Amino acid sequence: MTTTPTEASPAAAPATSTASPLTRVLGALSAVGVVLVGWLGLVASPPDVVQQDSVRLIYVHVPAVTWMYVAVFLCAFASFMWLRKRTDGWDVLAASAAEIATILTGLGLVTGAVWGRPTWGVYWVWDARLTSTAILFVLLLGYQALRRYPAEPQARSRMAAVLGLLLVPNAAIVHYSVDWWRGLHQDATVSKIDVSIEGLMLFTLAVSFIVMGVVCAWLLVHRFRVGWLERRAERHHLDAALADRRADADPSAGVAVGGPR
Amino acid sequence: MLADARLVAGKDLRIEWRSRVGIGQMVPFAVLVLVLFAFALDPDRGILTRATAGLYWVATLFAGLLAVQRAFALEAAPGVREAMRLSGLDPAAWFLGKAAAIAVQLLLLEAVLGVGVVVLYSADLQGPLLLLATCLAATVGIAAAGTLYGVLAAGLAVRDTLVPLLLLPVLAPVLLGATRASESALGNGVGDGWSWCGLLAVFAVLYTMLGMTFFGTLLEET
Repeated sequence: MTTTPTEASPAAAPATSTASPLTRVLGALSAVGVVLVGWLGLVASPPDVVQQDSVRLIYVHVPAVTWMYVAVFLCAFASFMWLRKRTDGWDVLAASAAEIATILTGLGLVTGAVWGRPTWGVYWVWDARLTSTAILFVLLLGYQALRRYPAEPQARSRMAAVLGLLLVPNAAIVHYSVDWWRGLHQDATVSKIDVSIEGLMLFTLAVSFIVMGVVCAWLLVHRFRVGWLERRAERHHLDAALADRRADADPSAGVAVGGPR
Repeated sequence: MLADARLVAGKDLRIEWRSRVGIGQMVPFAVLVLVLFAFALDPDRGILTRATAGLYWVATLFAGLLAVQRAFALEAAPGVREAMRLSGLDPAAWFLGKAAAIAVQLLLLEAVLGVGVVVLYSADLQGPLLLLATCLAATVGIAAAGTLYGVLAAGLAVRDTLVPLLLLPVLAPVLLGATRASESALGNGVGDGWSWCGLLAVFAVLYTMLGMTFFGTLLEET
């Protein structure tokens, strides 16, 4: 993580995949795990006495939301490290973690809404946790918008690092204020259904939690490698364009194409 | 540092005063928003009076976005950023100056809007002290967070659309706190207005500190 893409040899064989032995193992574990959770969650585990089949959504919802927090913190930490070290690795790590956090937040909101419809009768309630998660989702979308913007790489890394680091105080103050706001309204129409979970359901939840972690790790590694290769490609194109310009300016020096790096 | 901050704030306010862009466009815009709310929510049914606090702060937030974008449009001309950096200003002072200039404009705007809601929405100001403290704390918070996110997107061609996307979710707690505190100052709120005012103060201090810390990083030459 301390090397920069330019140090990688340009003569290295072109990569055809971002896999390595470790990620193949992770990928195989993810595939088996997803099938296992699908079987446990949809077939083996019993329906809940109160919520019936909609309880099965928690095997996706709870792990997604929990790993979302981990991904957000990882993004903030990587952003902090980029500000200290200024190496591409931390920047790419922050970008990858933020993407995973965005997807998990979206997944959490959608599964929550789908679960809310049969359980609460509505897709959305202005519950404290829902509201602050929705705002976190918008914050992450803003981060993605900045990331997608074609700026000069160093400038983009710098803006993204500050934005990524600010995610944590933003999310914290939003969470706190929304909690307080909802706490004032004692007439909350929706009471939390008290779920005491045990036996096979608890086991399924634990397995789905681990599997979601493995899937996220697998995605993170691949996304990191793709991001890293993107950096190399960007610099390679820049070098090639510079060499072209030099050759244009001085046709007699055709041998200098490829120029000093 | 405070002298530097005063210089920057003085510069921005002088430009605003001479160009009249802020006063001539921001204030009419915010008043227009108040009128549009009246069109959207039938004024005869008392909805406006009950929703006064929220509508007031939404109008202020939108006008605040304009103020933030204007503050960085001033420095968008080629060479201005470099000239500012060459002047050897402390980045933290630069941040404080810009935030202070935005805050002064917003306070003026809030005063005009305050008259507006009293006249148009027949609002009843019962707790002037709480209202004043709320306005001060919320304005500092909006100005500090706005300056931080404004400079973040300042160099980009998409800043006009990116700043609202980045800034509005961050300002959600300000809208929440300022609305609750103003509601209780207008006599139709639940809960304690002063504790919401405290939240606004915490927000203002937090983002002033974050801004002073990160402004220098965001101004670096690449």
